[in-house]
Amino acid sequence: MRRRIRYGALALLAGLCAAALPAAARQAAAPPPVFAWPAETSRFVEAPGVAKAQTHCLVCHSADYVSTQPRAMPKAFWEGEVAKMRNAYGAKIPDEDAKAIVDYLNAAYSAPAAPAT
Amino acid sequence: MSSGTADRRAVLTGAAAAMIGAGARAAPAPTLKLPFDNGERPVAAYPQKRPLLLLTERPPQLETPFDIFDQGAFTPNDAFFVRYHLAGAPPRDLDAARHRLKVGGAVGRPLDLGLDDLKRDFPAVELAAVNECSGNGRGFSNPRVAGGQLGNGMMGNALWRGVSLKALLDRAGVNASAQAVEFNGADRPQLPGVADFVKGLGIDHARAGVVMVAYEMNGAALPLLNGYPLRLIVPGYYGTYWVKHLTDITVLEQQSQSYWMQKAYRIPDNDCACTPAGVAATQTRPIGRLNVRSFITNLKDGQTTAGRGPLLVKGIAFDGGAGIERVDLSSDGGATWAPAALAKDHGKYSFREWSAHVRLGRGSHVLLARARSASGEVQPLTAVWNQSGYMRNVADPVRVVVA
Repeated sequence: MRRRIRYGALALLAGLCAAALPAAARQAAAPPPVFAWPAETSRFVEAPGVAKAQTHCLVCHSADYVSTQPRAMPKAFWEGEVAKMRNAYGAKIPDEDAKAIVDYLNAAYSAPAAPAT
Repeated sequence: MSSGTADRRAVLTGAAAAMIGAGARAAPAPTLKLPFDNGERPVAAYPQKRPLLLLTERPPQLETPFDIFDQGAFTPNDAFFVRYHLAGAPPRDLDAARHRLKVGGAVGRPLDLGLDDLKRDFPAVELAAVNECSGNGRGFSNPRVAGGQLGNGMMGNALWRGVSLKALLDRAGVNASAQAVEFNGADRPQLPGVADFVKGLGIDHARAGVVMVAYEMNGAALPLLNGYPLRLIVPGYYGTYWVKHLTDITVLEQQSQSYWMQKAYRIPDNDCACTPAGVAATQTRPIGRLNVRSFITNLKDGQTTAGRGPLLVKGIAFDGGAGIERVDLSSDGGATWAPAALAKDHGKYSFREWSAHVRLGRGSHVLLARARSASGEVQPLTAVWNQSGYMRNVADPVRVVVA
């Protein structure tokens, strides 16, 4: 809500400046945008192995990268994803931890029915 | 995997509708449900954006609610989708007044330009063009595939204003040995093993005249999340090429070796860019032009309508740059078709609005819109599949019940 109000004030200010100044001056005066960013709120599901997932996966992306994937996928799906992160995206995950993360993802996110809670 | 009668678009849940309508007072986060399994998405307001479907927080990825596409041929900047790859994106320290664009590599006169230089020294060009994510609609893949689970809202049409890439390259003087041009933006990987997000175009494509370096979108500065202060516009090509926060244009004497060209964003190397379901492609090529697509935008799948008078059906269509020649509409599941009326032509890279009236008796009807491009490309009536969920363009049925 606070953010909303600040945007409104900024937009109003920008509008006033735009009306008062010629184009060249407007260009020079335009301030760089500074924004309040939403806090990261998505979290990994609590289950055995969650700490390893937090340690390795959250370096590069939020937990919703995992939670929005299709459910009811086979374990090979998660093996493929973890392998992709290690081989293509630079994730430094030791073999042991990679195996534990696959087990965690498969147990926590492959439930066929309701979303894992 | 999507259920038979499910809406192909997000449905605003009661809670979400109430929250947005009331101006968001507090408590339970509003959500939208994309019509496939595990399709529930928070609705979140990010800087310079109205509340959009939140796919991921870091980096931010936001989908446009589908009803926006019924409101006109141009997608408002504050509703335009957002897609990033690298954890640190978007850069938080960008300033149009200090931003530099370098043109280098195999050129005679390397350039180092500010925004004021671009605006003063090069003629401004304007073009309406659709930016569509390669994986738009990936969530409907059957069988499901890994990747961002997107509805059909990862697309948008805008009027882009900037300078021609050809003009920049001509000013720099491209060497005769040039083969390709690479584009890099200010977003950088956070880990040493991660490839910087760099894309490449062949030299002929880069110099053809239509590719643009844009500083404005729909008459305003680019929103930060859409590439402020400069982004590459590659009309007719998937959004992966439209590099945001553009800092470097590098002319190469070979094809781009970037990970994002050689390993990612590749499609099966055949006419349909498809494989049998569940089978990985053996030969691939970089994704390229948009395929032809259309959507019904004013009716939701599963909707009930009153039975009096002809029913207005309207929507949008677009393709990879040949232009939309016709849109046909069927109200009997594809058995018979009749042409829709095309609305104003904003250019061959733009959304083209269309409309038709159909007379329907009481009961259930299956509506289908099918676009044909000026190059003769027609939407398929059956979805094809590839392992990345790219280039979905099947004519999706919209089931309506006339009460």
